[in-house]
This record gives sequence, C-alpha cells and structure tokens, in this order.
Amino acid sequence: MRESAPRRAPRTLCALTAAALAATACGAQGGGDGSPAGSGDGELHVFAAASLTDVFTALAEEFEGDRPGAEVVLNFAGSSELAAQINSGAPADVFAAADTATMRQVVEGEGLDAGWASGSGGAAAVFATNTLRIAVPPDNPGGVEDFADLAGDGVSVALCAEEVPCGAATATAMEAAGVAVTPDTYERDVRAVLTKVELGEVDAGLVYATDVASAGDRVTGIDFPEADEAVNEYPIGVLAGTADAGLASDWVELVLSGTGERVLAEAGFGTP
Amino acid sequence: MTAGGPGADRDTRRGRDRPPRVRSGRPPWILVLPALAGAAFLVLPFAGLLIRAPWSTMGERVTEPEVLAALWLSLSTATAATLVSLLLGVPLAWLLARTDFPGRRVLRAVVTVPLVIPPVVGGVALLLVLGRNGLLGRYLDTWFGITIPFTPAAVVLAQVFVAMPFLVISVEGALRGADRRYEEAAATLGASRATVFTRVTLPMVLPGIGAGAVLCWARALGEFGATITFAGNFPGTTQTMPLAVYMAMQRDPEAAIVLSLVLLLVSLAVLATLRERWVNT
Repeated sequence: MRESAPRRAPRTLCALTAAALAATACGAQGGGDGSPAGSGDGELHVFAAASLTDVFTALAEEFEGDRPGAEVVLNFAGSSELAAQINSGAPADVFAAADTATMRQVVEGEGLDAGWASGSGGAAAVFATNTLRIAVPPDNPGGVEDFADLAGDGVSVALCAEEVPCGAATATAMEAAGVAVTPDTYERDVRAVLTKVELGEVDAGLVYATDVASAGDRVTGIDFPEADEAVNEYPIGVLAGTADAGLASDWVELVLSGTGERVLAEAGFGTP
Repeated sequence: MTAGGPGADRDTRRGRDRPPRVRSGRPPWILVLPALAGAAFLVLPFAGLLIRAPWSTMGERVTEPEVLAALWLSLSTATAATLVSLLLGVPLAWLLARTDFPGRRVLRAVVTVPLVIPPVVGGVALLLVLGRNGLLGRYLDTWFGITIPFTPAAVVLAQVFVAMPFLVISVEGALRGADRRYEEAAATLGASRATVFTRVTLPMVLPGIGAGAVLCWARALGEFGATITFAGNFPGTTQTMPLAVYMAMQRDPEAAIVLSLVLLLVSLAVLATLRERWVNT
C-alpha cells in the first residue's frame, strides 16, 4: 500500500474530497515530503474522522479565540481515507481517527512526530470512546429495557448489516451478551437504523451513543453492559509532517483537556 | 400473440425484421456513428463485469441458497409489481389521455414525480404514509393489525411506486397516438364507453401496454433505494437482488459482480422472451 500508493492516491483522494473540504491537502501538495506542512504562520491542519465534525468545529473556534493569528484548517473524512492521505504525504499536523486500527496504519508508516511520540510512549493518545446504545422511540412501544429484550417476541428491531462497521460491533455485543437477536431488517449504515427508530417503524435499534445524542429527544437511549465489549476508541496524535509541533501539541492538549472532554461528552462520546 | 406454433411465429417475425418495402440506400453515417457509440456505451460496462467476474467459483456462488432466495424474491416481486401497475396504471393512463377534467395537467405532473425524486426519498415518503406511524399505516396497524414495512408486500409497493410511471407514460403515449375514429365509430354504433375501452381501445394499444409493462418490470427488478428504505433488508423476506448486490459490495466485491451478472442474465432472458411475445405483436 505505502509503496505503490504515494504516486496516485493523493491526487485521487483530493479529487474525491476537494468539493467537500477547504481544499487543504490539494493546495499544499506541491510541498512534497521534505517541506513542512503549514508554513509556520499559525495554520494548523487537523485531519479528523467524520464523526468528530461537530466536536472539532466547536473546539477550533475555542482554539482560534485563545490564540490570535492561529487558524485551524479542518479536514473531515472517513478515517481510513485520511490515513491513506497522510501516508502518501498529505500535509497534516494532527490526526484523530475513529478507531485504533486506522491510527496504527499511520504509526506503522512512521507518521507520528518523533518528539511528540516520545512524550506519549510512542503511541497515539485515546481521547474519546463511542459505544453502542439501544435506541428506542420516546414512548418505547416495545417496552425494551435491556439487551435481552431485543430478542423478545413481537419486538421489531433494526440492526446494522454485518458488512458495515457498526454491524461488526453489533455482532461482538451479541456474542458478549449470549443473545442472538433476529432483526426485521439489516440496515446499510448506522444512520439508516437511527432513521427507522426515529420514524417509529421499529421498537428498537442498535446505534452509537453519538447517534442517540444527535437525535435529541426524537429517540431515547438505553445503555447495556455488553456494549463495553464493543467500544470504539478514538486516538489522536501529532504527525511527523508538522510544521509547528508546538501549535499541534496545543491542539491535542485542548482535545484532551476538560474543555475537550465537555464538548465530547455533549456529543455523546465517552471518556477513555 | 400470433396464432400458430412457435415456428410459424418465428417466420412471420423474420419477415417483419427485413426492410419490408423500399431499400433507400445505405444508412447515413450521421446516424450510424452515434448509434454505434451509443451501443458501445451501453455494452461496455457489461463487458467490464464479464471480464472481472470470478469464473472459477461462479457455479458454487450462484447456487448458494441466499442468492437463489434473493433471485426468486426479485422475480416474484417485480412481476407482482407489474401486475399491480397494469391494474392501476392502464386506467390511469386512459383517464389522462381520454378525459378532460380540472387538474388533469397537475395529475399528469404528479404521476411523473416518482421518476424525478431520488428513490430513497420515495422510500421515506412511503414510510411516512404507510409506515407503522404513517398517515394511513397507523390505522392499518390499530384497526387490522397490519404493518407493511419489512414484508414482501412492502417490496412490491416500493417497486410499484417507482415503476408504474413508466407504464402510465408509455400507455398514455400509445393512447394519444391511436386513431380515435375507431372509438368514435363504435360509440356511434351504440357501444358504451366501457365497451369501447375493452373492445376497441385496449386491443389497439396492446403493443404500447406490452412495452410499458416491460419497462415497468425492468425498473421494478432493479429497484434499490425505495426498497431498502421502505421495506428494509432481510434475507429471504425483503432482500432483493439489488440489495444483495449492495451488501455483497461491502464485504466481497467479487460476490457482488457474480450477483450482478446473475441478475443481468436472468432479466435479459426474461425481457428477450417477453419482447418476442408482446412487443412485436
């Protein structure tokens, strides 16, 4: 992957994401591997998993407010897409992934900043977790109270298909609970499950805690202990390509701080 | 629909395929070139599938029970959707083509709405009306204990929603193109409007109905967005071939190619048979 991808991947990925993003990666592409990411003028390039969009946008305002002249350029996309961009030399200062496996790809590509990594024991720091929750309509028509209720007769359930990430987490949770839930439908992604619950078409669905939080009072979330077996960890790290390791470290510190924890908790994330 | 055995049938058709009357020289390049380009554009993606297909494991993949279940569900629901569309769509097309009433233009525009909106939106709209908490669905649930989503019936309804407009539009076009003097003659001889419809109009526009039904069936067979949104996705119950292809794509793109090929070949075979039977009559 790393040996063949660098020539082609950055351009393709840029083309794919350029419309949605502030064209961060593409503009500075000419810099190549040798030259630093930002030019040290207070621009900080943060690559983050799409599920962090709201949280990091809020934190960026805070960050810029505290540091006149600093500008946070955010690049949101799927974690694995971002990891591929970083490994192909995209100019990024900080990377926050939605799972440890994706961050490992960057660590193995020696993408972490050596100075920062030595301070953190060579690994990225886990700053948030996301767990599965049972989502039910506000009036809870199926009377669902715990995970075993999902397997009950007459309870209609929507789950993620096993082929997609939330479905894999669901399978892990079912195994941990020793409960085999036969849903009415295997949805194509976690948002589709949430929609079915919001519309009241099913009595319950398994979604992430952040999805429950984003749905507000349209759904009610129910915790279940078996979810602890299928926790998604979100790691963050300063990257080797950073132009301003100080500023990058400041950002990571903000995310790990009490302020970061509060914003993350509001969005439904857990603390590691 | 021609009387006689299959052999006789084929002979008449051959005769029809040849230029029947005057040979008017070579076809002009200004038509032939774009026609060939168009054909190539339609055929090449299919060739791509054929080249990438894992032929060595084809046999065992195709006969997996889940594949056969999805194929059967697709064929039966698409056929049911076409029958429902014929029952409702032909009268609707007649209403649009042969009567005049206030709001007819609006009605015709409404009929084409499913052609324009993304099928996923159509699926959400169906949920809002026929879902368990939908405008009508809630009464079906409380009065009769019927819930439509997550059943094969929901698959059929989703398909009717997206595919019936194709039938209505082609039948309406056929009705407008048909010579109305025959209908008028029948009426002056004392036939009621219903009799004129069944005895005169219907036989005249039968080829149009056949073409519309084929379009409708093909569209229903390929339906994805409205189906997965309204009917959900459960193997054997609501997982049609397009849904199975989508799910396979997440896990094993080769399996997705196999499923696509199966769907393509079966639908081509059915369409070829139907065209011979219906469209050429």
